[in-house]
Amino acid sequence: MITNKLSWKIGGEAGFGIMTTGYIFSKACVRAGLNTFDFTEFPSLIRGGHNTYQVRVEDREVHSPVKSVDILVALNRQTIELHEQELTPGGAIIYDSSLELERKIRPDVKVFAVPFLDLAKKAGGERLMVNNVALGVSFALVDFDLKTLLKVIEETFKDKGKKVTELNKAAAKEGYDYMRQLKPEFGHRLRKAKTMNRMLISGNEAVALGALKAGCKFIAAYPMTPASGIFQFLAGYEREYGIIAKQTEDEIAAMNMVIGAGFAGVRSMTCTSGGGFSLMVEAVGLAGITETPAVIVEVQRPGPSTGMPTQTGQEDLRFILSSSQGEFPRVVIAPGDVDECFHETINAFNLAERYQIPVFILSDKHLGESRTTTKVFDTRKVRIDRGAVLSDAQLRRMKQFNRYEDTKTGVSPRSIPGQRHGIYTATSNEHGESGIITEESEDRVRMVDKRMRKMKFIEREMPKPHVYGSPHPEITLVCWGSTKGAAMEALTWLLRDHVKVNLLHLVYLNPFPSDQVKAALDDGQKILLIEGNATGQLGGLIRENTGIEIGHRLLKYDGRPIYPEEIYDKVKEVLRHG
Amino acid sequence: MVSLADLDREKEVMTWCPGCGNFTILSALKKALVSLKVEPHNAVVVAGIGCSGHLPNWINIYGFGGLHGRTLPVASAIKLSNHKLTVIAQGGDGDGYSIGIGHFIHTARRNIDITYITHNNQIYGLTTGQTSPTSPRGTVTKFTPFGSLEDPLNPIALAITSGATFVARGFAGDLEQLTKLFQQAISHNGFALVDVLQPCVTFNRTNTFQWFRERVYKLDDGYDPTDKVAAYRKALEWGDRIPTGVFYRVKRRTYSEGLPQISKTPLVKQRIGNVDIVKLVKQFM
Repeated sequence: MITNKLSWKIGGEAGFGIMTTGYIFSKACVRAGLNTFDFTEFPSLIRGGHNTYQVRVEDREVHSPVKSVDILVALNRQTIELHEQELTPGGAIIYDSSLELERKIRPDVKVFAVPFLDLAKKAGGERLMVNNVALGVSFALVDFDLKTLLKVIEETFKDKGKKVTELNKAAAKEGYDYMRQLKPEFGHRLRKAKTMNRMLISGNEAVALGALKAGCKFIAAYPMTPASGIFQFLAGYEREYGIIAKQTEDEIAAMNMVIGAGFAGVRSMTCTSGGGFSLMVEAVGLAGITETPAVIVEVQRPGPSTGMPTQTGQEDLRFILSSSQGEFPRVVIAPGDVDECFHETINAFNLAERYQIPVFILSDKHLGESRTTTKVFDTRKVRIDRGAVLSDAQLRRMKQFNRYEDTKTGVSPRSIPGQRHGIYTATSNEHGESGIITEESEDRVRMVDKRMRKMKFIEREMPKPHVYGSPHPEITLVCWGSTKGAAMEALTWLLRDHVKVNLLHLVYLNPFPSDQVKAALDDGQKILLIEGNATGQLGGLIRENTGIEIGHRLLKYDGRPIYPEEIYDKVKEVLRHG
Repeated sequence: MVSLADLDREKEVMTWCPGCGNFTILSALKKALVSLKVEPHNAVVVAGIGCSGHLPNWINIYGFGGLHGRTLPVASAIKLSNHKLTVIAQGGDGDGYSIGIGHFIHTARRNIDITYITHNNQIYGLTTGQTSPTSPRGTVTKFTPFGSLEDPLNPIALAITSGATFVARGFAGDLEQLTKLFQQAISHNGFALVDVLQPCVTFNRTNTFQWFRERVYKLDDGYDPTDKVAAYRKALEWGDRIPTGVFYRVKRRTYSEGLPQISKTPLVKQRIGNVDIVKLVKQFM
């Protein structure tokens, strides 16, 4: 009997509440003190497509989904056709008995044909309630506490009124009792674990929460999957927290608004995906030359162009690094998990204001929209640093205020419109120290040097890349951003197999931490690059900055996240064949 | 007391062509600000790209010279961040009616309380003479050597349709009227457009000061600017006679007035030091 280690997946037609159902399953597990990682797949349409929600449950921390599934709940035939092969031997398939199957289900899995609709009706409900029946059936199969499930159902539907809530609960109970009286034999069970302070949160929600904590007052964005969740969250708290969330006519307006708000002295941000960011690119340079703080969250999806709107990828790193004409300082941060999403967003706001630059948070669909269990964010060390903003008294004492004064760090103390002695003009043209435009070569060189000088100082205070695992590895895994989760899982499995392996994970990609990367890879070990793109963009950066050419690559660009199994197998292959 | 001298940036060299209509616009803007007692540090002018884009360099108020066509999003965000400021966006006909036309329509319908001044010379000046969205059909330029095949758009009618709550037209040959129009536009609570007929003395040899002087006339006291249908009728008048003045004016709730979160304190003045997120964290537990 396997306790507290389960991979559960539900699939059905889009528009029938699959996402809510999966969320309830996961939340009930979290309430029981377990850890989950939720992974959803859905096409870019509202009705009629095929949706799945997968929840991996363990009693230790989980960092990614796995490929295999122990329980597959099929509300439509497609779920069986597409996902049956993912089932582990001895796993279970629970399907709607009204479905007409064209062929036999694998003989090595347990099959439960459940009259979902009959049970829902018996409980007084309708077709939409079959999801709750499925939840009850699933939890009974793993001998899990019904009360926890009912409580989460109650919380989820409480806004829809008592009647709806009670019907949903009754449907779940009906499903639970049905499976119980079958007395099923099954190899997995879930038990309550030690309750801890845990939250179930997605990367997008964590970024939004970080922005709120950082004092972001203004967000402008145009709707785009998979970034919209960030805007939506902040828009919901607009009034309570004193934020303006402005949906704009396009991404060009969004980015220009972010700059307007930054110029006016408020912390501002935008969120988008690659296509929307393409429209923002010109304005990124405007932030660069006017030295206006801006935070840009780019939640990647596979491109080019519309690409795969609801899938994941890591294809925009090179694009972000060199977006917009000309040269100017910028910081690019790619958080690897929800905790990093929260804390790095706060850092992004501090860096943007301290250095008066655009700062990027580079996320992706997999990180942004997958929920995962994490410790409650530790906010004790959160500091808000607004950088060099001159006070009215300081401005009054100045003989002449030069907004773009050439300083040692390259950072020029700024004023905010409304301050009596701080009047200046910011301009997209090259300008002198006062801000007035110039085309003199001497002014030009001074301003470029001043701006680029900031990079040296950012580099000095930048957190070092993380290295996890063996101190003297025979193989080092290298990845960035959201691939961290799968790599951490694979690392755990490999260490368990006594493989001398470690993981170099990069969060800060610009300025590039050349020295640390070189040190981590210079041990004569084998190196495996793992990225969600076709060209090995980080690999190229590493070569450019350190001269190290990485020999082994695991590149995935099918729109799906990288699974730990794939890394595990690749490492074994590399070690076997050299 | 604010004086015209307070708004001067005498040291800076001005690069507009002698006789350019932009000089009148700059003078009228300064006079309007002085007459309304707007203190220089409480005013922001946002400019785009084009000859008019240089204006913020020559007036001593806060300035932001942004990208081509993007004055309105920048100006909108400045206003939303601190609605106590007087915010003026200004740019050319290419900037506002071509590349930036989308923002024009949306800023108007939002009724964000800013003033938008267009230097409408019916030509691209800084790029040395191409047709603009207000050039007449048949305009011959380097880019349209056989004459442009497009009809011009009508900024006044478009502004009314888009929901602008103050729509006016001025003429750069009439400083006095222009100053009054700017005063009214700045005082108006809502999105205010002043489209200024501003002859380009270098690249537009058709629509000259002389050409306009023979045609422009002022909407008189008998004209009711609250009558939307009358406003449309006047907006369509163009040719031998060209009306100037306030075409349309209406009261409507501004965007900022719909935001209770800034009704007491402008966004920029709100404290951000210690935001309490405990309640939100609980929602995820």
